[in-house]
Amino acid sequence: MRIGIDVGGTNTDAVLMDGRTVVGWAKSPTTLDVSSGITGVLAKLLFETGVAPSAIAAVMLGTTHFTNAVVERRSLSRTAVVRVGLPATGALRPFVDWPKDLVEAIGGVSYLVHGGYEFDGRPIAALDEAEVRAAARQIRAAGIDCVAVSAVFSPVNTDQEIQVAALLADEIPGVRVSLSHEIGRIGLLERENAAAMNACLVHLAERIVNSFRRALQELGISAPFFISQNDGTLMSAEFVEKYPVLTFASGPTNSMRGAAFLSGVKDGVVVDIGGTTSDVGVLVNGFPRDASVAVRVGGVRTNFRMPDVFSFGLGGGSHVQSDPLQIGPRSVGYEITRRALVFGGSDLTASDVAVAAGLADIGDRSRVAHLDPAFVAAAVARMTEMIEASIDRMKSAAGDVPVILVGGGTLLVGDRLNGVSELHRPEHAAVANAIGAAIAQVGGEVDRVFSLDATPRAQALVQAKEEAAQRVLREGALPESVEIVEVEEIPLAYLPGNAVRIRVKAVGALALE
Amino acid sequence: MWQITREDLESIAIGAGILGTGGGGNPYLGKLTLLSLLEEGYQVEVVDLDTLADDALVTEVGMMGAPTVGVEKLPHGAEPRWAVEALEGYMGRPLDAILCAEIGGSNSIQPLVAGALTGKPVLDGDSMGRAFPELQMSTHCIAGVPPVPAVLVDEKNNRVIFSAITDPSTLERYARDLCVLMGCTAELAMGVMTGAQVKRSAVRHTLSLARRLGDAVRAARAAKEPMADAVLAVTGGSELFSGKLVDVQRRTVAGFARGELVVEGAGQYRRQWLQVAFQNENLVAWAGDDRGQRGRVVCSVPDLICIVESETGEPITTEQLRYGLRVTVLGIPCSDKLRTPAALAVVGPAAFGYPEVHFVPMPKVAGVGIE
Repeated sequence: MRIGIDVGGTNTDAVLMDGRTVVGWAKSPTTLDVSSGITGVLAKLLFETGVAPSAIAAVMLGTTHFTNAVVERRSLSRTAVVRVGLPATGALRPFVDWPKDLVEAIGGVSYLVHGGYEFDGRPIAALDEAEVRAAARQIRAAGIDCVAVSAVFSPVNTDQEIQVAALLADEIPGVRVSLSHEIGRIGLLERENAAAMNACLVHLAERIVNSFRRALQELGISAPFFISQNDGTLMSAEFVEKYPVLTFASGPTNSMRGAAFLSGVKDGVVVDIGGTTSDVGVLVNGFPRDASVAVRVGGVRTNFRMPDVFSFGLGGGSHVQSDPLQIGPRSVGYEITRRALVFGGSDLTASDVAVAAGLADIGDRSRVAHLDPAFVAAAVARMTEMIEASIDRMKSAAGDVPVILVGGGTLLVGDRLNGVSELHRPEHAAVANAIGAAIAQVGGEVDRVFSLDATPRAQALVQAKEEAAQRVLREGALPESVEIVEVEEIPLAYLPGNAVRIRVKAVGALALE
Repeated sequence: MWQITREDLESIAIGAGILGTGGGGNPYLGKLTLLSLLEEGYQVEVVDLDTLADDALVTEVGMMGAPTVGVEKLPHGAEPRWAVEALEGYMGRPLDAILCAEIGGSNSIQPLVAGALTGKPVLDGDSMGRAFPELQMSTHCIAGVPPVPAVLVDEKNNRVIFSAITDPSTLERYARDLCVLMGCTAELAMGVMTGAQVKRSAVRHTLSLARRLGDAVRAARAAKEPMADAVLAVTGGSELFSGKLVDVQRRTVAGFARGELVVEGAGQYRRQWLQVAFQNENLVAWAGDDRGQRGRVVCSVPDLICIVESETGEPITTEQLRYGLRVTVLGIPCSDKLRTPAALAVVGPAAFGYPEVHFVPMPKVAGVGIE
């Protein structure tokens, strides 16, 4: 059996799963130290289900801890960046376009050394060992032990980044090195930014992972534990200690993955209706569709995979005004159980309208009996339109799509939506995040530019697929379960037709005893 | 004459994004580069073409190559200066001013970086008044001004000078192959033109137009007013269509991302369809009442077709096109210099593979928009 845990801003949820069956779940408030909240919810879950700690084969955890640390500028380590790319790249130094307070918080220093690759793998310059060692000695002298390394076109050839890591380890005892090719995609500044953010989180990651480990030990759970990444796959605890930044935005991803799992829908749209806003995402082959644009985290531009989510201001707590009819974006939020009419309050909310229309039966429905039926019908029609428009906006092609509704606000939606082929309201949707974390899949990705003069297209595709599959196996997947879930080919514009960027993603089921 | 400030730069980048007409590359990295230089105390002076002596010497500075590579292999930083020095060495005398080759997209900022690094004034104008995919699509080439001497420089300061060439299209072919050898990005300084030639053939006041366009967009954003209206007011353009993007087809032909998109009309355009053909930049727009058929041409190259997100007014590049976007399509009249028979032979619909499309110029408002 497996346990999935979601550490959210308000609640920590845990779910116990046996194969595809949800055996039980529990919720408890998130605590400041995180680990006591986890211990609390796990103790509750094990007690309620009567399952012995020894029966747990693996624990999967989703957390927003690291995103929050960057946003709040706390618990960050001093960090240096070594960029490998001279004579190219001198025009823009590392940390350019970062918020000044964040650069100060991590004491960002940077060194540029010769090296890097062209798009086709030719070296721009040879790596200069003495130059790297000199930079390393300065970093050590400054008392910094977290270093990010970014080499030009390292997604095409990883050798120089790995060589620099070895030299840094040789010069700086106990150094923590973050390599950009492990984290981001093509786009030097954005990938380097992600690597530097990772580097400043490494010490925090070691502390957090240790506290998770202790929480599990206290309960007698000796199973390995994994943490969810923002692409919906898992990484081992040891890997998180090295690459905490890959947990960014894993919350919405887990919610969508959980919805896919619960409904059995692999391709469709997920609408997560909360108290204040609704998030709409798209599932492709069981995984969230990527946002293809640069995403800012804590004010820093990054380009790693993030789920493409459209948010709009409609939730169970949205204020409803008549004349003119207006729903949201203001909301009573988590105070809904006190302020909504049906709960004895004095604010007219979207949930009150749903109760008046007979879509839901919560609270005291006599308190909304006075609402004009024509007004209620108009308000329901408006909410339905808002949801339909958001679904239509996120679709990738014309035609009806399956839709999965999750979140506390699903009661706002009637039985039918235009543009929707089937409407799913899965059981256990309230803990979709924790369930999403518990889906035990690992992944691997390749993102490279191939020169088709040197490598024919078919061969380039085969090569990229094989590399992605190899990466999945290294993550601990069952060999027979490995499949390619995404292949993207982007020709490079403004060039004669001989270079193409190929991105391949493979996943596999985690091999568990 | 004016000095470029941080605020100017923000506005120019926004204006240049709109004048990129769907392509031209993102001005973001160039903007960051110049911001860093301004912070270090470098200055850029923009001057009117009329201040230029007839015998002054001018070159165009810009980047050539694949934007996808450009975001990974960032420049050394000195390339614009090296390119100018190379031409000065070849000519045996200093150049007097820098001209922008292409005001649309990322090449709007390159000449400003060159101006900062060399201390030479940057002229308020360019050679396209928009973005185009190939170097011969320039008002100077169209006017018969030779594009040589030209120099291509890489980040290692390798310089290749073209001293003679049969025609601009041959330079385009040679330079592009060389650019691939240089790692798919290179700095290009093209032509050494006289003040008299530039005053005759450049598209005037496009840097200040980009700045004004950006200022108007930022003011509209701050006031929560429609950005499309601000764009139309500054450019003298008109709204062509509005609705939902329902189809995008892409294919690659000879290294260029070609394709077509279909917009289903909404509001006053209900039951109408707009098709737009693009090759990096938007080329031709057809409107009609049958989705499967190209209707009548409502706008075509060299006029500018600019697609913006209806809600925010943000320009959408051809790479960002996808099903479901709510878009407003704007038509912006191009420079008069691109509307002559000689120009249309190089930048008209036929030059992009649409010989059946007859270019009908969008009406211009006197004193407004691209000159």
